[in-house]
Amino acid sequence: MESLLKILAEIRPDVDFEDNKELVDSGELDSFDIVTLVGELCDAYDIEIGADDIVPENFNSVEAMMALVTRLQED
Amino acid sequence: MIRNVLEYAEATAKRLPEAVAFATDQQTMTFGALVQRAKEIGTALLSYGRKNAPMAVMTEKNPQMIAAFLGCVYSGNFYTPIDTTMPKERILSVFATLKPEVLLVDSKSKKLADMLGYDGAVLVLEEIAAGETDEKQLRAIRMAAIDTDPLYVLFTSGSTGVPKGVVISHQAVINLTEWYTETFSITEKEIIGNQAPFYFDSSVKDIYAVLKTGARMEIIPKMLFSFPVKLLPYLEEKKINYIDWVPSALCIVANTDALAKVRPSYLRKIMFVGEAMPTKQFNYWRRYYPDALFANIYGPTETTVDCTYYIVNRTFADEEPLPIGHACRNTDIFLLKDGRLAQPGEAGEVCVRGRCLALGYYNNPQKTEEAFIQNPLNPYYPERIYKTGDIAKYNEYGEMIFLARKDHQIKHMGHRIELGEIEAAVQSIDLVENGACIYDTDTQRIVLFYCGQEATQGYILKKLRDKIPKYMFPNVMIQLESLPQTQNGKIDRLRLREYYVQENS
Repeated sequence: MESLLKILAEIRPDVDFEDNKELVDSGELDSFDIVTLVGELCDAYDIEIGADDIVPENFNSVEAMMALVTRLQED
Repeated sequence: MIRNVLEYAEATAKRLPEAVAFATDQQTMTFGALVQRAKEIGTALLSYGRKNAPMAVMTEKNPQMIAAFLGCVYSGNFYTPIDTTMPKERILSVFATLKPEVLLVDSKSKKLADMLGYDGAVLVLEEIAAGETDEKQLRAIRMAAIDTDPLYVLFTSGSTGVPKGVVISHQAVINLTEWYTETFSITEKEIIGNQAPFYFDSSVKDIYAVLKTGARMEIIPKMLFSFPVKLLPYLEEKKINYIDWVPSALCIVANTDALAKVRPSYLRKIMFVGEAMPTKQFNYWRRYYPDALFANIYGPTETTVDCTYYIVNRTFADEEPLPIGHACRNTDIFLLKDGRLAQPGEAGEVCVRGRCLALGYYNNPQKTEEAFIQNPLNPYYPERIYKTGDIAKYNEYGEMIFLARKDHQIKHMGHRIELGEIEAAVQSIDLVENGACIYDTDTQRIVLFYCGQEATQGYILKKLRDKIPKYMFPNVMIQLESLPQTQNGKIDRLRLREYYVQENS
């Protein structure tokens, strides 16, 4: 979780990732952020995030992102 | 001969009064209702505007916003759409240049106007009564209008940190619309999937193509463009057959191989404009739509959206650039090199003459004079051309190929950005001593170099939030002791670039 928070802080140091559970729905993360984030997560965790997984539910909170990363690492 | 864009809307409203013109998931508006509402808004505006005066429209993106645009035109004035997500300082800077006679808002954006401390006249759209139109007065205004009157002013990034307002006439938009709808055979059968925000000039094509032909515009929710597996089913559900998007929107679909999951079956015409379309991602789209019409379109805001286009008619290797093609109707393009025409195959600056040219920059004669100049190839009579600052050449097929920018202007995620504007914003932050940007075209990243021991990246980004839109935010930030300088004391961007390449290799 810490490494993920570090990545997020690099992309958007101005956002409070730990408390916001509606990062996409509230508009805090926009399309630019999502595109950057997908790229960074793939590089950092050596995973491939396919189109099916690029949905708001997977990016609304740090927990959701972590769950996505963990699942893809296990696949 | 059409003189005013309202003629498009009125003729279509007469022909197809009940057809839906503009739609979002929450709101639809027929052509009949649109013209009626625009007249009501125009009537309400009669007490504000002198003739050809600026009016700002700051609302959510929806059909009502189009009615507000046309309302400004009915009142004999012109409109400027304001992006509600822009930082406060930038909106205020636009207002300072524009000095609008009135600011049109909806009940939601009214709060933003209050927060901005805007002290000019504000009119809330929902408070304009239905059914009240002063037909006689509106007709009189139209009789007095000419086709070189301004229709809208759109603001683009300016190198000094102050956005420039490009003034576009009715004539230029009519010229664009006639060419565009005929060339791409747009009819009332079209369902256009709109991506471009209304403060972005490629939306002008979508809007006026609808008004002229009776096509329908589905305004796609912005959020969907981050999530291809949600976006593509939406296109299918709305039966969208025509899109004119920034390449970044098409690329995210290609990069996630989303068409393998859902291939919207109605799509027939696919255009891209606003930045260079990478050929690899283009080829991806083409594999899924071998029979669709693809067009690569080019044009700065100063040439009324488009000045060249290329309908893809052969195959391209992934590393081969897509041409930007040939001049649009009533437009002449030539490449200037040291004050003369570039030789075939030689690179030169793209210069444009013709009906598409903007009237100039609003309230900025100096910038207007610098960019819109006397045609250097014509010493005989006054003739304006626009120097785009883009460098291009012709290939062996006689098609124009975009090469680079002459200055520090870039195209990033479909937005035209002066790196100088980002630098000006960074330098204005208290803890920052100096800042300079370069653009990494391969990874499409804005790289900021900055000095200032106590300035953390988080602090800089936080401060930038009030100064520049998010699409201008640096993607990479590198702290240096000092910025390298050239012999004449300018920031040495070449060395910055070398440093960046070295660090990343």
